[in-house]
Amino acid sequence: MKANAESILEVRDLVKHFPLTQGIVVKRQIGAIKAVDGVSFDLHRGETLGIVGESGCGKSTLAKLLMALERPTSGAVRIHGRDITTARGAELKRMRRNIQMVMQDPYTSLNPRMTVGDIVGEPFEIHSDVVPKGGRRRRVQELLEVVGLNPDHINRYPHQFSGGQRQRIGIARGLALQPEIIICDEPVSALDVSIQAQVMNLLERLQNEFDLAYIFIAHDLSVVRHISDRVAVMYLGKIVELGSDAEIYDSPTHPYTQALLSAVPVPDPEGRETRQRIILQGDPPSPANPPSGCHFRTRCWKAQDICAEQTPALEARPGSDHPSACHFAEARDVVNAQ
Amino acid sequence: MTEVLSEQVGRGSHSGALLEVEDLHVEFRTRAGVAKAVNGVTYSVDAGETLAVLGESGSGKSVTAQTIMGILDMPPGKITGGEIRFRGVDLLKLPEDQRRKIRGEGISMVFQDALSALNPVFPVGWQIAEMFRMHRGTSRAEARKKAIELMDRVRIPAAKDRVNDFPHQFSGGMRQRIMIAMAIALDPEILIADEPTTALDVTVQAQIMGLLAELQRDSNMGLILITHDLGVVADVADKIAVMYGGRIVENAPVHDLYKNPAHPYSKGLLESIPRVDHKGQELYAIKGLPPNLLEMPTGCAFHPRCPYRRDNCVTDVPPLYAISGTRGSACHYWREVIDEGER
Repeated sequence: MKANAESILEVRDLVKHFPLTQGIVVKRQIGAIKAVDGVSFDLHRGETLGIVGESGCGKSTLAKLLMALERPTSGAVRIHGRDITTARGAELKRMRRNIQMVMQDPYTSLNPRMTVGDIVGEPFEIHSDVVPKGGRRRRVQELLEVVGLNPDHINRYPHQFSGGQRQRIGIARGLALQPEIIICDEPVSALDVSIQAQVMNLLERLQNEFDLAYIFIAHDLSVVRHISDRVAVMYLGKIVELGSDAEIYDSPTHPYTQALLSAVPVPDPEGRETRQRIILQGDPPSPANPPSGCHFRTRCWKAQDICAEQTPALEARPGSDHPSACHFAEARDVVNAQ
Repeated sequence: MTEVLSEQVGRGSHSGALLEVEDLHVEFRTRAGVAKAVNGVTYSVDAGETLAVLGESGSGKSVTAQTIMGILDMPPGKITGGEIRFRGVDLLKLPEDQRRKIRGEGISMVFQDALSALNPVFPVGWQIAEMFRMHRGTSRAEARKKAIELMDRVRIPAAKDRVNDFPHQFSGGMRQRIMIAMAIALDPEILIADEPTTALDVTVQAQIMGLLAELQRDSNMGLILITHDLGVVADVADKIAVMYGGRIVENAPVHDLYKNPAHPYSKGLLESIPRVDHKGQELYAIKGLPPNLLEMPTGCAFHPRCPYRRDNCVTDVPPLYAISGTRGSACHYWREVIDEGER
C-alpha cells in the first residue's frame, strides 16, 4: 500500500441534487434532495481512500457519480485528466474500463441464472477487444484462481456458493478489465465476521499485486481504518474531514468525526465503565432541507451563531495539518480516551 | 404478571436462575434433509443480568431465542429435546394459552428489523396499545394514554403528536425504539434482543444500547442480547455464550473471554476483527466456511477449520469442559488454547 504522488482520479466540487416534484400532470419542482453537495478529493495510484458516514450521507450516490451511473448536477470527475461526467458513447465506455465496482450485497448483485463463468466473463462481451474470444474461458479461470476460488467451478451457479465466495465472484468480475480504480461499496458488511477478514485480506493482496486504487465505502469505522491509507468523513452530502488514517482516528478535529468514533464499540471490556462517550441526540436532518451554515450544527455541542451563518470550508485549521470543515476544529483523541 | 400466572409459574418458589435453558435440541425438517439447528444448548439468565449470545449466521442463536419465546414455526421446526425453565417451570410443557400470557408479560423480544416486525397498516400507538388491550383488557382510551407514556419513556420526541403516525414515517432508530416500547410495555422480567442494532448506524446504535441499559437498570430485567458484534458485547455483557454449529462452544464472564479465550473459535473471532483503536497488520482469518447444518462434521463441528485439530477431534464430540465454576469450553484441548498466553 504505497501512495505515490500521481493522482489518477480528481473529483472537483461534485454536486448531485435529486429534484422533488409535486403534481401528476404538470410536475413542478418543489425542492431537491442534496445527496452530494460539493465534494472534492484526489485519489492516488495504489492507495485506498476510505469514505465513512451514516446512511443517507451520500456515500453511495458519490460512488454512482464516480462510475458515471448518475450524471452530476455540476462538478467534475477526472480520470487521468479526462472528465467522465461529460463523456459519451465510445469514450465513456473506454473510460469505464478503468473504473470498476464491487457491490455490497453478494446475494442480489449476481444474476442467479448465469453461471460464474458467464458472470465473470461478461465484461469481455461488452469490451470485446480486451481478450480474444478463444482465450476468454481461460482468462476467467485465471481470475477465479486469483480471488481464491476453484477454477473448476466455472460452470456453477451463484446459489452454489456461500456469501464470502459470492463476494469473491463479484471481485473477480471487478478485476476482469484490469482497472486501475475499484470502488468497493460496503463490500464486507453483509458477511459474517470470520469471512469478513478473508475478503479484506484478499482485497489487500490484490491491491499489492495489481497496484489498484480503492475507494472503500463503509459504515464500519474499524473496517475502514484497517484497509485505508486516507479517510474522508461525510455528513449530509459534504466531506467534513479528510486525512490519513492516523490523523482521522488518533487526532480527529471535527466534532462529527469525534462523535462517530466515540460511538464505535471497542471489542475489549477493560475500562468500559470509564470510557467516555459522545452520544449524539436524534437523527441526521433531511438532506432535502439541511440546516443553514454548517450542516452538523443542529447536533453539535460546540455550535454558536457563526455556525448558522457561515458554511465552514474544508481547509487546514490551526493546530492540525489535515483539512476539517469546522469553525472550532480542535484535535481530540476519542478512541483511546479512557 | 397476573395472579393466575404467578401461581402457575411458582413465583419465588424455586432456587435456580430466572430463566434456564437446558440441553435444548431443535431441528428443521426440510426437503433436503434434517437441519440440526440447535444441538444441546444450555444457558441461564438472572434478573438484572446481561447474557450475550455470540455467533455467526446459522449458529442457532436466533432459533434458541425463538424457541424460548415460543414463536418457532412448527413445522418445519421441531423441538426434539431439552427444557426451558422460567421461574422453575418448564415452558415447553405448558399449554399454548399459558405460554401466550408469559409472552410479553414474562419474557418479551425485540427483533432485528423493526420495519418488517411492525405492522405497516396500523399506527404505531395502536400497535403499542394492543399489548394492553389484549393482555390486560384495558379500554382503548386508557391503552392509548399508556402507549404515549411508553413512547416518552423510550424518548421518542413529541410522542403525543406521533402516536398516530405509521411505521414508515419513522427513521430506523425511532422504529427500533417503538419495538422496544412494545417489548417493555408489560414489564417483562426477561427481554430478548435479537440483533437490535445491526441495521443501524453507529451513532444510533450507541443511543439504542444506552436506552436498553437504562431500562434494564430501572426495572432489573434479565437481558439476552443476541449479536455477532464483538464490540457491542464487550460494552454491555456480564457473561457470554459463544455459539457455533448449534452448540455453545464457550461460556465465560465477559472479562475472561476477551482476555484469554478458551476455545479456538472464540480466539479466532477475536483475532479476526479489525480494531478502531489501532491499525494492526494483516487480519487473522479463520479458514474455511461455517458448517452446513444438513451435513454437520463428525466430532467437533469446528474441526475442519481448527488450527488445534488432532485425530480425536474428528471422532469425539467434545463436551463442555468446566474450566471453573463460571466458565466452560467445548474443546478437547482448551488447556492448550488458554495457555497460549493472554492477549
